[in-house]
Amino acid sequence: MIKQGSEVTQMDKQQAKIIMAGFGGQGIVVIGNILARGCVIEDKNVTGMVSYGAEMRGGTANATVVLSDEEIASPYVVHPTHAIILNHPSLDRFEPELVEGGLVLLNTSLMQRDVERKDLEQIKIAATEIAHELGNLKVANIVALGAFIRHTGLLKMKSIEQGIGTLFAAKKPALVGLNLKALAAGAARSVFEPATAKASLG
Amino acid sequence: MPTLKRTEVLKDNQTHYCPGCGHGIVHRLVAEVIDELGIREQTIGTAPVGCAVLLYDYFNCDIIECAHGRPPAVATGIKRVQPDKIVFTYQGDGDLAAIGTAETVHAANRGENITIIFVNNAIYGMTGGQMAPTTLTGMVSTTTQDGRGGHGEGPPMKVCELLSSLGGVCYLERTAVSTPKDVMGAKRAIKKAFQNQIDGKGFSLVEVLSMCPTDWKLSTSKAVDFVNNEMKKVFPLGVYKDK
Amino acid sequence: MGHKILLKGNEVMAEAAVQAGCRFFAGYPITPQNEVPEYMSKRLPEVGGVFVQAESELAAINMVFGASASGARCMTSSSSPGISLKQEGISYIAGAELPCVIANMQRGGPGLGNIRASQADYFQAVKGGGHGDYRVIVLGPSTLPELYQLTMNAFDWADFYRNPVMILGDGILGQMAEPVELSPYKPIVNLPEKDFVLDGCKGREPRVVKTLVLKPADGLVAHNEHLQEKYQRIEDELSLCAEYETADADIVVAAYGITARVAKGAVRMAREKGIAAGLIRPITLWPFPKSLFLSIAQTASQVLVVEMSHGQFIEDVKLAMNCALPVEFLGKGGGWYPTEEVILEKIEAMAQAYAVSGKETNKCRH
Ligand SMILES: Cc1ncc(C[n+]2csc(CCOP(=O)(O)OP(=O)(O)O)c2C)c(N)n1
Ligand code: SF4
Repeated sequence: MIKQGSEVTQMDKQQAKIIMAGFGGQGIVVIGNILARGCVIEDKNVTGMVSYGAEMRGGTANATVVLSDEEIASPYVVHPTHAIILNHPSLDRFEPELVEGGLVLLNTSLMQRDVERKDLEQIKIAATEIAHELGNLKVANIVALGAFIRHTGLLKMKSIEQGIGTLFAAKKPALVGLNLKALAAGAARSVFEPATAKASLG
Repeated sequence: MPTLKRTEVLKDNQTHYCPGCGHGIVHRLVAEVIDELGIREQTIGTAPVGCAVLLYDYFNCDIIECAHGRPPAVATGIKRVQPDKIVFTYQGDGDLAAIGTAETVHAANRGENITIIFVNNAIYGMTGGQMAPTTLTGMVSTTTQDGRGGHGEGPPMKVCELLSSLGGVCYLERTAVSTPKDVMGAKRAIKKAFQNQIDGKGFSLVEVLSMCPTDWKLSTSKAVDFVNNEMKKVFPLGVYKDK
Repeated sequence: MGHKILLKGNEVMAEAAVQAGCRFFAGYPITPQNEVPEYMSKRLPEVGGVFVQAESELAAINMVFGASASGARCMTSSSSPGISLKQEGISYIAGAELPCVIANMQRGGPGLGNIRASQADYFQAVKGGGHGDYRVIVLGPSTLPELYQLTMNAFDWADFYRNPVMILGDGILGQMAEPVELSPYKPIVNLPEKDFVLDGCKGREPRVVKTLVLKPADGLVAHNEHLQEKYQRIEDELSLCAEYETADADIVVAAYGITARVAKGAVRMAREKGIAAGLIRPITLWPFPKSLFLSIAQTASQVLVVEMSHGQFIEDVKLAMNCALPVEFLGKGGGWYPTEEVILEKIEAMAQAYAVSGKETNKCRH
């Protein structure tokens, strides 16, 4: 079972299949990497995949992470339980793919519409604006991650902080502080909206 | 600059190339030449394996997609069976000068009456930026992470120079698409290479130095500078053979 | 306890090779295995090894031929179209009985196909691929820890049997990341002395590495017989297979590689629904673990083969079980991927049909 955090909205699922999507350059792979590191720290099972090849040209990027306390069967995600959506085209592409009653995080700074499905739970965060306030647009991904972890409780915030530390420590130690700030800002400034219609969990 | 009027040789499809990529310009030049020579309905093109593999989505003429590096052999087969048709290959540096070297050299040496458009962007575009035979010395790629040259990769391969010694070759010219003047020169050379084939003169190859901002990890304007300031030094423009 | 790190499958395999003492790698870029040459280009020089980006896969496999004849532990990797080009070299290396490791991270075919994962090169891998009567040991890892282990073992088996060993992966296995403990290499066999190495004949008779056999007239017959004896020995000694919940299973799913891990998930779900399902997963695809399949044929009622192709692996499953059981099939090529749900649906349909028709099912329907 996935541990439930303080403001948990997570369905009673054994596994989380998370998709992260946005423009190339928004740091999609980085948040996938940090999530996976968090899993290793908490000794959970995890698999990750990044969209590859010519798919990446044309500008959108996506990555998936499966985390579980049990053995993971499929590393390849067809219907995610969670989506972290950083740009508008990704919302169009992945909203229909989410499982019933799934959860979607929206970077409201770059959305031109709301989520249409009524069965989805939502986390809303103006990630790009907050990143701008923090002085570096590149940390919008981490702002979103902070919001995601706070509301889903899939992993402990401490593990994510540790993951950020190990990821940036090697190559860009100067960025650790900024990213931790972004993470905290995301956790503090996000809004959770429950599903408006109950999913028929039949 | 190429004229902006539509050529009927190019379909309306938006290309899949990255912003600042040279392939789109070279496509347009080839299409304009085919248009101006009025040979669209006699022309058969070959698509390479590389970023230009989707050539058939853009060119409004018959196209055959070949295995990686094999276009000159496939073109030979087509041209020998249909000598009255116009056959061209369009190839990247990996396709033409690495895996397809044998096919290139032997088609040239046999003096096949075909036209080869060789797009040299000094990198493997489609597979994500590995070293190409034409990668410059010292240039970083995903398989030469500390720069080409330190681990026995040899210097960049100069295709026009290499082929110029072969008896069967009719015409070789190296051009670029990094300045408006170069673009006009490239078009003139491409037209000549097709005209040679129409006149039955034999193997013609036009090399085009081209930008790959994505895998060079440069902005589109820096990529243009790279062609002008670095590539042209190693690959001097000019006519290497004209029989 | 070891320390787990996150790497992509392609990198896990490359690092395992380096750990196992691979000191020569030649390759050519092709998606979805580009991380292998990229990793090797950086990593091998650090350990005094050699990386060569070849001008083609044909050149790469022949560089490996030379490196192997020189006594180095050596490897090449590619994906489907490139593996087709390597077949000539593989036939020569097998004929000359030299060790090497070849990895195929399969993608969609035929022809240029696409870059999605596939298992449609099964026949090519296990039935020969190139010309002549030869065999390549073929391994089908299903997780990254297993990929790490089997890659190290592959070098041992290659040396032990003086035979090429192929790691038959796929695009997902190569591209996915999963935590792996990079345990140190330990040989699992007594490694024979390499008495074939061409290192200059100082102080010994000159050696020749070759595959042309003209004299005596039946020399090639004898060489082939010798090879067949070796292949028989490998079949007797090296058949690896994993089972999951097969002891009381009515419906046994047979799958290998990435498909097997998905199938295992489906089997778990079926069990939760009260269906007695199980999984049999060959780890060596050649030699094919026949005896385990035969024993499954005694206990189970039906078999479901799942593979990412239109039915290649299924032929070996049926052969191994002598058509003793009805065998159902779920699979497609071209990048099709089986989800746990799709496999579960098929298992449920089989369970239902079986309940309706009773035990007397048509035994060999295909
Ligand atoms: C036999 C085979 N090997 C490798 C590949 C993978 N591959 C596709 S394109 C390419 C190289 C592309 O580089 P280039 O020819 O320079 O063209 P560009 O993409 O830069 O235009 C390679 C190695 C393949 N498709 N087939
Ligand atoms: S990767 Fe390079 S060659 Fe390929 S489309 Fe992009 S810019 Fe052009």
